[in-house]
Amino acid sequence: MHLAHYLRLLHRSQTALAEAFREIRRGHPHEPDMYGVCERLAVQCRDQARWLEPFVRRYEPWTSPSPEPERLHQPLFAGTRPGGLGLLRDLHDLYLLATECDIACAMIAQGAQGARDDELLDVVRRCGGELAVQLLWLRTRMRHAAPQALVVAS
Amino acid sequence: MPEPITDHGGRRTPYGPPGGVERLAAALPGRLRDALPAEIGVGSPWPVRVDTYLDEGVTEADVDVWVQNVSAVQSSGDALDIAVRDGRIVGVRGRGTDRVNHGRIDPRDRHGPSTADGGTRLTRPMIREGGRLVECDWDTAMGRIAGRSKELLDAPGGWGRLGFYTGGRLLLEEHYTLAVIAKAGIATPHADGSTRVGDATAAAALTASFGADGQPGSYTDVDHCDAIALWGQDMAESRVVWERMLDRRLGPRPPAMIAVDPRETQVAKEADVHLPVRSGTNVALMNALLHELIAGNRYDAAYVARHTLGFAELCRVVEAYPPKRAAEICAVPAALIEQAAEILGSCERLVSTVLPGFYRSNQATAAACQVNNLHLLRGMLGRPGAGLFQMTGRPAGQHARETGASGELPGMRNWENPDHVRELAELWNVDLAAIPHWGPPTHAMQIFRYAEQGSIRLLWISAADPVVSLPHADRVRKVLGSEELFLVVQDLYLTETARLADVVLPAAGWGEKPGTVTGADRTVHLCEQAVEPPGEARADLDIFLDYARRMEFRDRDGAPLIGWHDAESAFEAWKACSKGRPCDCTGITYDRLRGGSGVQWPCTPSTGHGAERLYAGGRFATDPGVCQSFGHDLATGAEWGAECYCAKEPHGRAFLHAAHYEPSSEAIGDGRPLYWDPVSKQPIYIVAAYSVATVPVTLDAVPDTETIEVGGAGGGAEADGVVPVEVSQRLEEV
Repeated sequence: MHLAHYLRLLHRSQTALAEAFREIRRGHPHEPDMYGVCERLAVQCRDQARWLEPFVRRYEPWTSPSPEPERLHQPLFAGTRPGGLGLLRDLHDLYLLATECDIACAMIAQGAQGARDDELLDVVRRCGGELAVQLLWLRTRMRHAAPQALVVAS
Repeated sequence: MPEPITDHGGRRTPYGPPGGVERLAAALPGRLRDALPAEIGVGSPWPVRVDTYLDEGVTEADVDVWVQNVSAVQSSGDALDIAVRDGRIVGVRGRGTDRVNHGRIDPRDRHGPSTADGGTRLTRPMIREGGRLVECDWDTAMGRIAGRSKELLDAPGGWGRLGFYTGGRLLLEEHYTLAVIAKAGIATPHADGSTRVGDATAAAALTASFGADGQPGSYTDVDHCDAIALWGQDMAESRVVWERMLDRRLGPRPPAMIAVDPRETQVAKEADVHLPVRSGTNVALMNALLHELIAGNRYDAAYVARHTLGFAELCRVVEAYPPKRAAEICAVPAALIEQAAEILGSCERLVSTVLPGFYRSNQATAAACQVNNLHLLRGMLGRPGAGLFQMTGRPAGQHARETGASGELPGMRNWENPDHVRELAELWNVDLAAIPHWGPPTHAMQIFRYAEQGSIRLLWISAADPVVSLPHADRVRKVLGSEELFLVVQDLYLTETARLADVVLPAAGWGEKPGTVTGADRTVHLCEQAVEPPGEARADLDIFLDYARRMEFRDRDGAPLIGWHDAESAFEAWKACSKGRPCDCTGITYDRLRGGSGVQWPCTPSTGHGAERLYAGGRFATDPGVCQSFGHDLATGAEWGAECYCAKEPHGRAFLHAAHYEPSSEAIGDGRPLYWDPVSKQPIYIVAAYSVATVPVTLDAVPDTETIEVGGAGGGAEADGVVPVEVSQRLEEV
């Protein structure tokens, strides 16, 4: 059984996403509309990670020691970049990170069904619903920024 | 500013509601009402009271001529005549025949906006030479703007180097012309207006719930109603409507009144139930009221089932807000919330006005949507006495939104709907690709951000003074003053913004140019030119037309893109653009508006009358082919997109948007910038006291700017424990 590995992977990604939302907010302080939303989404991601913690503990005893979760985890976001194009690239990274969370949620939802764990299923479905909005927001914000950053800015 | 209660203390004109027969008649379409006997078919029982304000020493006998116009100090569209003597404005008089104000006007109309500001009018264009502004002729000034524009447009992505920011003085024809220049001439999405800090939330909430912008109600609903709810009322912004309400209150069978406002205002004193909610908690209060209606089974289940979407989700959310919990959040007694719910649940005809107390507060769009929900739950729309007003602040606000001068596509079209974009391309005879629809329209603060980053190189500001009116004032000043930005300012006075300009264009003011204005209840009024503008100042329309000529904007066949030449021909062009849209004006002509009353849209030639109320019969503008937007997530502003929207199968049903209360994320001392409403992109000025209580705040640096004044008037900056925060100051902490 490897459910705990995947749960840890999701937990890590969500924690990373929460930090990334905070960092992008700090890294682009002059973007007029980023503050409120990024802060809100950061809190959301952190809460999601917390909801998972009891399940990591629940499945730990049955989970075999390998493969290393570190090897599963690739850092997708490493600090903000300045300027309009930088903002677009940062949002792009966050989008990939959120996608990682999203797909992990979908896998764990299947796993939860296999393990007959309704509680876990409920939690990852809630996470999935919130992630869907996060992805939509990132896409919306990128669509706002892309034409100017790619075509106009020098 | 004197309160109107004392102002007109001896001049109240109490009246009672019309009888049942008249109410039935009022629900009929205009042309059927024409066939009824005059005493029941038309009109409103609100007595006429013609207010006249003349300059000292001037009597009516001295006036050479009275010229038809409309109030330029507020958005309700009060019709008035301007008194002219020896080519000068010497006073104003309300138009007794007008459906909106029955002769009443705001005392501030006496001076109009043009002269109220004081100062010396600009009479000649100016250009910057060697760092100083020097006077020049029109040809030099316009030539310089056109020259710079062409230079910038020459490279790939040139469209993105020009931006437009407009304000509240322009007339409908001018806003439409500006919109066509921006969206088809330059083909830039960078066009917005001061409506962003005025009524963006009203527009966003109406669009979110009903599919399109536009007030559902009519001011005559005040005649018929038996309850009035004032959500964040600010009298100064709707004085004549407020007088109408007071007159009902003093007459037979007065309506009950509920007011939500943190302050002890005159409005609050007049109300039967005053809910002095803690600033920033409107959503919690609204949820509790909706909770009471649903729990007490005091909603119109048949209407909800047939005409709305999202009821189950709304129930699930408001379930968590019994009055007891809301009372704790909002700091008002639960009994008061129950009393208000009792009135809202038992009235038969409810009028609501939503004003800046809601718009400039935490969760602005979400809170405004809950008022829409209240009316939807009780089926309080589209019939006499059941009216909803998401009020706006500026006289030009409504038509700036209709014509596309403030972001949206003209005619309340949806930029994500290819058919809507194609309609515009056909109307203007331009390539589809020439209309910026590859991304959302750029909102005001983003335009200034692009200018700050240097990708917008030419910014044209008309009738606005963003240096004193936008948040982050010192940053805006720095951006506009930068060497790299070519700034054009078109205004009446040498404003703070104009002082930074590279070209200053002197414009005509109120009473100095012809055109039309759309008021808050969709009434279109005519403004005739009363006097000549001073010196070489020109009507804004003429300035835009001159620019279009110099830029040689062409359609696909090589004909001029802008084929109109004066206000009336511009209005005819606008009518063609509005055709088939919710704001259809094709039945309105200047002749029709001349002499009588204003006319409401939608008005097609076949109806002869404007539609008094929208959404009669519970049919909303939410069909995917009609709607103005495919919707947003209220909490983040994420766009749902066409697929997601169509999957909801709205079929003309309205959306009940549910939202949990969330404490304001606003606070200071942590380098946190201004809070923005995620959907309307409106900056939120008012800070909830409890979220900053632990942070010492010094207020001695609060400047006397429009921003702070407006915010203060709207949402309770004067209330105990509520702290207005000077925003630009805090930016430095970021």
